This record gives sequence, C-alpha cells and structure tokens, in this order.
Amino acid sequence: MFITPGYAQEAETHLDATHAETNAAHEGAPAVFPPFDSTFYPSQILWLVITFGLFYLFMKRVIMPRLGGIIEDRERRIASDLETANRMRAESDAAVAAYERDLAEARAKANAIGQEARDAAKASAEAERKRVEAGLDARLSEAQSRIDQLKASAMGEVGSIATETADAILRRLSARDIDRAAVEAAVATSRG
Amino acid sequence: MANDPIHQFHINRIVPIEIGGLDFSFTNSAAFMVATAALAGGFLYLATAKRAVVPSRSQSVAEMAYDFIRNMLTDAAGKGGMRFFPLVFSLFLFVLTANLIGMFPYFFTVTSQLIVTVALALLVIGTVVVYGFMAHGLGFLKLFVPSGVPGLLVPLIVLIEVISFLSRPISLSIRLFANMLAGHITLKVFAGFVTSMSALGAVGVAGALLPLLMVVAITALEFLVAFLQAYVFAVLTCMYLNDAVHPGGH
Repeated sequence: MFITPGYAQEAETHLDATHAETNAAHEGAPAVFPPFDSTFYPSQILWLVITFGLFYLFMKRVIMPRLGGIIEDRERRIASDLETANRMRAESDAAVAAYERDLAEARAKANAIGQEARDAAKASAEAERKRVEAGLDARLSEAQSRIDQLKASAMGEVGSIATETADAILRRLSARDIDRAAVEAAVATSRG
Repeated sequence: MANDPIHQFHINRIVPIEIGGLDFSFTNSAAFMVATAALAGGFLYLATAKRAVVPSRSQSVAEMAYDFIRNMLTDAAGKGGMRFFPLVFSLFLFVLTANLIGMFPYFFTVTSQLIVTVALALLVIGTVVVYGFMAHGLGFLKLFVPSGVPGLLVPLIVLIEVISFLSRPISLSIRLFANMLAGHITLKVFAGFVTSMSALGAVGVAGALLPLLMVVAITALEFLVAFLQAYVFAVLTCMYLNDAVHPGGH
C-alpha cells in the first residue's frame, strides 16, 4: 500500500499513544478503528433512537398524511374532472343526436310537403290537359262534320257543273242543239 | 493527520453526558444524526407546505419518494405491508440523507458507523419478528419450513432457513456500513495521493493528475452508491417485512 507521509506520521503518533496508554487524552488517536470503538456505542444508539424516533414520528404524523392527502386530492380531482368531461361529452352527444333527429324530421316533412305539392300540381295539370283535350276533340269532330258536310254539298254540285261544262263544250264544238238529257246521262255514266 | 483516511470516522464529544457510568455524550455523530433528521424532515415539510395540485419541483421530489417507496413496498409485501409504509419511508430517507450528507467534505457520515447500521438493521428484524409473532402466533415459524419440501429434507431446510434468517441483520447492517466506509476511505486515500504527489514538484504535479481524475470519478460513483445503498436497504427491509406479513406463502 502507498503510505503517505501524513499516514506514516499518524502511525508514529499512534505508537507514542500506545506508550502512554493510561493517558486518557488521546481522543485524536484512539487505539481501535473508530467504527469498532465501543466507547461511543451507547451514545450513538441513544442519539440514533432520539433522532430516528422523532424523524419517524414526524414522517408518520405530519409528512405522510400530507403527501398521501396531496396525491389523493389530485387523483380525486382528476377523476372528477374526467367525470365532468364525460358527462359534458354525453350531453353534447345527446344534443347532436337531437339535432340530427330534428333535421331528419324536418327533411321528411319537407319531402312530404313537396310530394303533396307535386301531386296536387300534377293532378291539376292532368285535369287541365283533359279539359283542353276534350275541348279540342269537340272542335275536331265539329270541324270534321263541317268538312263532311262541305264535301257532300261540293260532291252534289260536281254533277251539274260537269253536265253544264260538257253541254257548253259540245254546243261550241258541234254547233247544234244537244239533247240535255243525253249529256246528263253520259256524265252520270262517266262518274260511275 | 490531515491525510489519515481513518480520521474522518473519529467521534468527538461536543457535549459530554454520562448517565450511570455509560457515555451518552452528544458527539459529532449525534450532531449529524440531528442534521440528517432535520434536513430530511425540513425539506419534506417545506416541499409539501403548499399542498399544490400542480406540484412545484421540490413537491414533485417528495411525491416521487412517496410513490417510489409505496410501489416498492406493495410490490414486495402486497397490501398488507402498507402498515409498515412510515417505517420504510423513514428508513429510506434517513439512510439516503445521511449518505448524501456524508458526501460533503469534512462532514461526518453517520452510516459509516457500524453501530448505527446495526441498530437500524435490528430495528427492521425486530419489527419483523415482533409483528410476525403478533399477527400469526406460532404460525410465523412456518417461515422456516417452505411448503412442498420432502419430509426427509425438512430438518436440513429448516437449519438453512434459520441460518439465513439470522444472517439477515448482519448482512443488512454490514452492507451499508462497509459500502460507506470503504467508499470514504478510498476517496480519502486517492485525495491523499494528490496532495502528497504534488508536494514532490513539477513531476509530482503531473503524476497527481491521475489520482485527481480517480477522485472525481469515485466521487460520482459514491453519489451513486449513496443512493443505491439506501435503496438496497429499503428493498431488503420490504422483503423481510413480507415474511412477517406472509410467513407461509411467497
């Protein structure tokens, strides 16, 4: 081992001390290794009991209830805050659900109203169309009957016009008197 | 004298007291015990004075210590061990504070005194034995007979268990004492190298660099040891208390 000068010197004083063993004033250099020196065992035990005992009581009575209280308070606070947050979330969820339900209701109502209006409009349009069509049909058949009438009267006159035309043509071409009855018969034959 | 690595462990009487032939003097050791209790207690008292929901730094430290010991105790001894929470908490903080105070130069290290660590270890083992018999009566002795051991081996196992139980206070006290003692002696010896080598002139100063670095490194290591030994003491206390709470099963 590396022996420092200071340590060597200490060893010498130590030797001196052993020479004067009976001398009580050797506090600086006791004969035994200090931790194994039983001179101070009672004193150390007593003071350890006093200091550690008071320290233990102080911890048990003051510090630990306090620390436990602080931590418990915090946990309770966090739990209540979480609970509040959950409650508020549930409330907002309910509000959202109510809003969506109202919205769906309103939409359904709007659809119903629209459908009703559409149906009504369609029905009135249909009725109008029917009325107009009926009117048109009536006028169409009226016109048709007039056409038929006109056609019949026109057809009736066609025979006499043809007879007169043929009569006039024959008089000019032959310059003789033509039997009117014969012309009429010929026209009737050609018309079939 | 200044370089004597043993000098730091000397005990001096400050107020001599003698009762019934026994020396109960208030010594430097007692002074540092008072300092340890006052520092740890004062710190915790001030740190928790505000009872803030959002903790300050010092309150965080106090809460960390509280949670740390609580988890340690419930892990080792379960819910039944919580009755010893104040004891383990006090032991851990007392030992830790004493170790850390000892790290200051010229300060006395209370835990480097064998009698102090022995007293603390006996307190733990005494608590285990007294509570064990109080709570379980003679059932506490099941501690020495692990369940599921073949009948032939029982005497041997009981012998081994008894020896291991008796060696607990010894190992618990010697571990803390020897770690603190050896660490402080090592520090002092290396620091002594620095002073005695630098007294030899320029070459010595250059040579003193290595022990100086060692002193720095060992100081860091000693801070670790100071915490670690307090932790080990508390963990072992929890494990021994577990035997008092649950002597039969593990």
